[in-house]
Amino acid sequence: MSVKTLFSTTAFLAAAATSAYGETEIQWWHAMGGANGERVNKIAEDFNATQDAYKVVPVYKGNYTETMTAAIAAFRAKEHPQIVQVFEVGTATMMAAKGAIYPVEKLMNDTGENFDGKAFLPAVVSYYQTPEGELLSMPFNSSTPVLWYNKDAIEAAGAKVPETWAEVKTTAQKLVDNGMDCGVSFGWQSWVMVENFSAWHDIALGSKENGFSGFDTEFTFNNDAVAARLDDIASMSEGNLFKYGGRRGDSLPMFTNGECGMWMNSSAYYGSIKSQAGFEFGQTMLPLDTSLAEAPQNSIIGGATLWVLGGHDDEEYKGTAKFLTYLSSAEVQAWWHQETGYVPITTAAYELSKEQGFYDNNPGTDTAIKQLSLNTPTPNSRGLRFGNFVQVRDVINEEMEAIWSGDKSASEALDAAVERGNDLLRRFERSAN
Amino acid sequence: MLKRVHFPSSPLPYLLVAPQLAITLIFFIWPASQAFYQSFLIEDAFGLGSEFVWFENFEVLWSDSHYLAAFWRTAVFSLLVAGLSMGFALVLAGFAQRAVRGALTYRTLLIWPYAVAPVLAGALWVFMFNPTLGIFPYFLEFFGIDWNHYLNGGQAMALVVMAAAWKQVAYNFLFYLAAMQSIPPSVIEAAAIDGAGPGRRFWTIIFPLISPTTFFLLVINMVYAFFETFGIIHAVTQGGPGTSTTILVYKVFNDGFVGLDLGGSAAQSVILMVLVVTMTVIQFRYVERKVEY
Repeated sequence: MSVKTLFSTTAFLAAAATSAYGETEIQWWHAMGGANGERVNKIAEDFNATQDAYKVVPVYKGNYTETMTAAIAAFRAKEHPQIVQVFEVGTATMMAAKGAIYPVEKLMNDTGENFDGKAFLPAVVSYYQTPEGELLSMPFNSSTPVLWYNKDAIEAAGAKVPETWAEVKTTAQKLVDNGMDCGVSFGWQSWVMVENFSAWHDIALGSKENGFSGFDTEFTFNNDAVAARLDDIASMSEGNLFKYGGRRGDSLPMFTNGECGMWMNSSAYYGSIKSQAGFEFGQTMLPLDTSLAEAPQNSIIGGATLWVLGGHDDEEYKGTAKFLTYLSSAEVQAWWHQETGYVPITTAAYELSKEQGFYDNNPGTDTAIKQLSLNTPTPNSRGLRFGNFVQVRDVINEEMEAIWSGDKSASEALDAAVERGNDLLRRFERSAN
Repeated sequence: MLKRVHFPSSPLPYLLVAPQLAITLIFFIWPASQAFYQSFLIEDAFGLGSEFVWFENFEVLWSDSHYLAAFWRTAVFSLLVAGLSMGFALVLAGFAQRAVRGALTYRTLLIWPYAVAPVLAGALWVFMFNPTLGIFPYFLEFFGIDWNHYLNGGQAMALVVMAAAWKQVAYNFLFYLAAMQSIPPSVIEAAAIDGAGPGRRFWTIIFPLISPTTFFLLVINMVYAFFETFGIIHAVTQGGPGTSTTILVYKVFNDGFVGLDLGGSAAQSVILMVLVVTMTVIQFRYVERKVEY
């Protein structure tokens, strides 16, 4: 079993899929399956119909990890696409590959496209900017965690929709007293309960502005604030006020089949919940821990951006730039946002959705964007940029599972996660230099 | 004086062996040597810069308690898979050998699972044991067993072991059946006349006589459990929950392709290679001595 073999096979397949056809072709590798995949195709088709010099070809490459790996393998074989969709935790890896990427802002300037960095929502683009403020990749599908709640169950229990963690507890208690199996659950726990919990209360996850100003960063999320919150949640599992339901979105059925009354996870679950839940549901902002802050800061995003890879010719880059301009236009963005539940990336698209009456007709759908733009992001809340973060998230998942199973206290688990995470950061730092 | 016959050397044999040699060189020797070289490097994912670090990737692995845990997990997993699939295959072959009617049907049906790709085998078992949709958790509930392999590491391990063993039963069955059929009937008949029952005949005559096959299958099954079960684990548990089903080969994939740590991943695959070679050598040198041919 060798890494290289697998790499070269993938690269070969990638090369086979990239044969050219005449008009300047732009390959767009993405990770959007199912209904969202069709929407991606529609965006490309619509763009192709607006002009005949360029043709954008979207290619589905599997999930986020597979897409990124495929692009990297293809790059090593010099058969890479012009545009590739990379999830947010891959940002540091992409950034470190200076010779492989073509920063989007530079591309726009080089090709003479109109580009105004101020048109984008700060909380969305700040995740993908250099410390100097240059935009590296084009935000495409971004979401943020919100608190989903079962409206019917909360009303039946005579409880209120919580705004603070203390209220989460009382509401959960009332729900369970009223016969529910569990009060609250969540998914993507590193993202929701560590990364966003920290940003929401303006607490640093790591040194060097969460990794934004250098690779020699260290994790600091093993602080008392996070530990106390996780310990408190662990104590809630007594009496089933809290129930752990697995990583990523595995716990979704617990919410949609009425087992749990509250669920914290991405705003992009809107479509799934709408089609699966047999009850009235709503979304509201993440709860505040009043012992840590008087008001929430802002939440951070998840999702993916489009990276432009280097090593192609000018004509192809011209087309790529034109396509990215089209993609970020208010009409396309508003449509994408309303169809998927991802947040719009520009202020103009947000305003347009407002004008079209989308939020009036679908109350709560602007929760995500409100959370993201609550305040001007601070160094603690603009996002994070840690190398090897895919693995670090696995480590955090493992250690958090040890808290929920009662094997470790929160501070023991977080200390272990920080120690293991720092080792991964050091390895990344060396590979990046 | 003995007369030596010299055949004129013909290029034909070389030509006939060439495709096999080429395949071995291109798909095994070359990638293996690449992995060997890569294991001494710390390199970024894009291959833009790399540092030669000698044995550091290996040192990191030896001091990583999670890697050592994966080692033990793999040992347990392989022994369980090999033991279960060989045990079942032996029993089934014993019965199929004695079947009077419909023997061919039994044999054909028992061979079928071998034609199933590992990923599909995994998918089948995932469906059967899905905690909310599957049929088996539904039955298990009658016995008071709350099945959820998404949360319970032991159950997840049991599930991948079952899926991996099930797939290999057919292969082992085939070899056992062939071995049993090659035993001269006269030996067994003689024992029967001496008054030995089916159980005694099996343990004192058949089992010792098929021990070369058992030995061969042990090697094959260990190698299978070490390497080819990747597809099943990827489809069933993806190494979780926690790391409870992350065996060595899955860790190679996960660190290399998800984590993009190429050097560390290559070092792991080198260790795996060495391990399997050693295991095979030990088996041939020591276990083989006890085998009666």
